[in-house]
This record gives sequence, C-alpha cells and structure tokens, in this order.
Amino acid sequence: MSKPKLGIYWCASCGGCEETVVDLAEDILGVVEKVDIVLWPVAMDFKYEDLRAMEDKSIFATLLNGAIRSTEQEEMAHLLRRKSQYLIAYGSCAVTGGIPGLANQFPREQILKYVYEETPSTVNEKKTRPQLKFVESGREVHLPELWNVVRSLDQVVDVDFYVPGCPPTPNITREAVNALLSGKLPPKGSVLCPDKALCDECARKDSKPTNVAFVEFKRPHQQLLDPTKCFLAQGVVCMGPATRSGCGAQCTSGNMPCTGCFGGTSRVRDQGAKILSSLCANIEAKDEAGINKALEGIPDPVGTFYRYGLAKSLLRRRVNLPA
Amino acid sequence: MTKEWKPRIVAFFCNWCTYTAADLAGVSRLKYASNVRVIRLMCSGRVDPQFILEALTRGADGVLIGGCHPFDCHYVEGNYKMLRRYQLLKRLLADMGIEDQRVRLEWISAAEGEKVKRVINEMTQQIQALGPLGFPSKVADWDREMTELEHHVTAAAAGGCACGESEMAAAKPEVAHV
Repeated sequence: MSKPKLGIYWCASCGGCEETVVDLAEDILGVVEKVDIVLWPVAMDFKYEDLRAMEDKSIFATLLNGAIRSTEQEEMAHLLRRKSQYLIAYGSCAVTGGIPGLANQFPREQILKYVYEETPSTVNEKKTRPQLKFVESGREVHLPELWNVVRSLDQVVDVDFYVPGCPPTPNITREAVNALLSGKLPPKGSVLCPDKALCDECARKDSKPTNVAFVEFKRPHQQLLDPTKCFLAQGVVCMGPATRSGCGAQCTSGNMPCTGCFGGTSRVRDQGAKILSSLCANIEAKDEAGINKALEGIPDPVGTFYRYGLAKSLLRRRVNLPA
Repeated sequence: MTKEWKPRIVAFFCNWCTYTAADLAGVSRLKYASNVRVIRLMCSGRVDPQFILEALTRGADGVLIGGCHPFDCHYVEGNYKMLRRYQLLKRLLADMGIEDQRVRLEWISAAEGEKVKRVINEMTQQIQALGPLGFPSKVADWDREMTELEHHVTAAAAGGCACGESEMAAAKPEVAHV
C-alpha cells in the first residue's frame, strides 16, 4: 500500500515554521516513515510543474505556512487546495496573517520605497525596483506581484484545519500530524490545539492577583523580571489571558511575556480588542490624566495587541489606504 | 447611489443612566436626529471593544457610548472600566485610520434628556461632515485584487495550461512595482 502524500509549502513567512518540522528531532523519522513528502521546497527539490501534473486531491495533506501577499503565493494556495484532501493553515502567518500582516498598516508604495531605497544598508542610486517582466537575450523572466493587502490563508482559499503558533511548537505539530494520519479528526475548521487561555498552563498562574490595578506598563527590557511572578503583577503586558494555550507556556517559562502568537480561543473574535479590554479595565486610575499616564507604557497598541493577527482581525487593514 | 447617504450611528446606552435619559428625552418630546440605533446594555462597562469594532466593520459610521457620570455607576466601577478602554481604543482606532469623532464616550445621567439630544445631534452633524466610513465597501475593494487573480487561475486550469503565471503576467501591466 502506498503511503499518504504530505506537502509542506511556504508563502510569506520567515522559515521558522519549517524549522519546527525539523525540531521534531528524532520524531521526524516516525513521520517520514508513515508519509511520502511530495513537496517541500525549503528542504528538497521539487518543481511546480510536477505539482501541476499531479491528480487533484492526490496529496493527502498539505501544511501551508506563511501569509498570502503575492500573486505567486495566491496561485500556489489555489493549486495546493486543489491537489490536497486536507489543507492545513500551519503557523500564525497562515492562520491569522502573522508578522507580515502588520504591513496592512501601510500603503504598498511606502513599503517598497523603504525596502528598496531607504533602509540604512541599502545602496540603490538608480532606485531600481523588481519588475514583473524582464527580457534578456530573447528570454522572458517573470516575477510575482506584491498585493496591496496581506491575507491569512482562509481569506484566500478554503482551509480544513488550523495549527497556530510562531512557530507552532513541536508538540502540537506532532499531535496534528498524528491526528491526520490516524483519521481521528475534529470537525472541519477546528484549531488543532487546546481551547483554553495560556494562563491555564502557565507556571506563574498562582501569582496572578485577582485585582491587578496597573499603575504603569513596562516593557520587558525596562526592568529585571521576576522569573516566578505573573507578568501582569509586574506591570508587564502579557497576552496570556487572551491567547490560546498549547505551546507549553514556553515564553513565560523563559521569563518573557506571551506575545499572543497562538491567537484567541474559539470564543474570541478579535484577540487584540479582548486583551485591550482586559488590560485597560484593570488600570488603577479613574481619571483621564491618570489613565493616559499609565497607558504611555503601551506606545504601539496595534503592534502589541495584533502582532500576529492584524490581517484576520475585525479591522484587518488601515481603513484609509488605497485598495 | 440612488439613496442619499445619511450617517448611521450605533449607540450603546447603559440601562441606569443614559438609556433612561433617552427615555426622558422621548417623554419630554425632545427632537433629535434619527440616525442613532440605540442598544441598551446594563452598564457601559459591558461594552466590549469587540462590539465597537464590529459595529464599525459592519457598516456603522460612528459609535456612541453613554454611561453614568463618575461616582454614579450602578455597579460602582463599570464606567471607569469603559473610560480606560476608550482611552486606548481611541489611539488604536487612530492608528487604523479611523477618525477621532467616529467613536465617542459621554456621561449622561438619567436626568439629562437634553444632553442626549445635544450629543446625538452634534455627533450626527460631525459624521455628516466626515462622510461615510463605508467599511464593508472598502473590504470589497481590497478583495477585488484577489477575485481577479482567481479568474486567471481558474481560466488557466480550465485550459489545461501548465503556464498559469505567464498568462497572468501578460494580462497585467508590465511595470507594477513603481
């Protein structure tokens, strides 16, 4: 009997998700034993033509990481959707837009100008920009076009399951692959992860005060952090209360607050609005001046509360940007 | 557009003060702009920021929140919670390109029917001057680039052509990244 075929593909992402697959360490041998990897551009040599030649639905499952923000990525998302029985949004970028989703705050022109002309290490006197089409000695070369909007995978194609995280941790990756292979799958559209807030599995849980009463917010680099006490009790923004668990509380164990990469639980529509609601309600001051003084410690609310989820949030994108 | 655009404002009023004040405005036969859709909640502290964002994204041009004056909250703390959320939400909305006047918090006691009228009329005027927020149509605009590509992909697939990209590029302007 032939083994089920597995595809792993990346779109707008950093490669960290691929790293997690490698981080399965010796467990990856168990996975490789049970499946045939038919597509994994970062690690093996495959051509898009081979993929196109495959029959529809012939790939058992594809783990797709990365947000969708270019024509090529979008075309690959459609193609992989057609060729795969299960399409899994793997990692924060595919699930909720991730870090690339923060680009939805800026117009495309500003991003391109900064990247190709203004970054401190860039020397580009002719202001050269990548072109969609280029002809040299009779041969035509094409490049993908960057979209105006960064999107999560399910804003582009139908997605069967979600595995969140930046990157997804090896434990939930292993469980997701096992669930797929054993056929013991939850309903379509499920997030393959526990549905409780991170605080539930955080070792600091017991030191979380019932009444937090923030006087100020400090960022992690501004003070020495107590390695055992709840971050909120130390006046540090921790996304834990509004974030799904499943990662084993790795950041808080490493003495860094949660930044929210697993997204909200199933009861939450907008993770950023929820943590804003929770943190602000617990400020001690009752007058505008006192409240604003405390809030000075959160200079960038969008970047802090929607670090991984802007593209999939209610607002999605800065509203006055060109389409 | 066949119909003239008029501002649509969603108002979250607390049961104990502002909603009662709106009632008072009614029985006092005060006239105020009919652009407001009032939703009664038990307390302004119940206004989840998600409600405000959802109202805006579903087509509201503005959101008005009414609660009890400081020291007057029926639940002691609810109005302070709303004020704290509002202070940061204002900054967040500004960062996302939504004008200041579109989301407004007012303390209106049960005796201030007159203030309900003034605030609603004022806000309606301000938003009339700003024009529509039109979030749903903006989302439709953003999604247009995607629908266009989808047609290309489907067409390429239907034609059994293995070179979807080059067809796609040919259909687009040659120089796009400028």
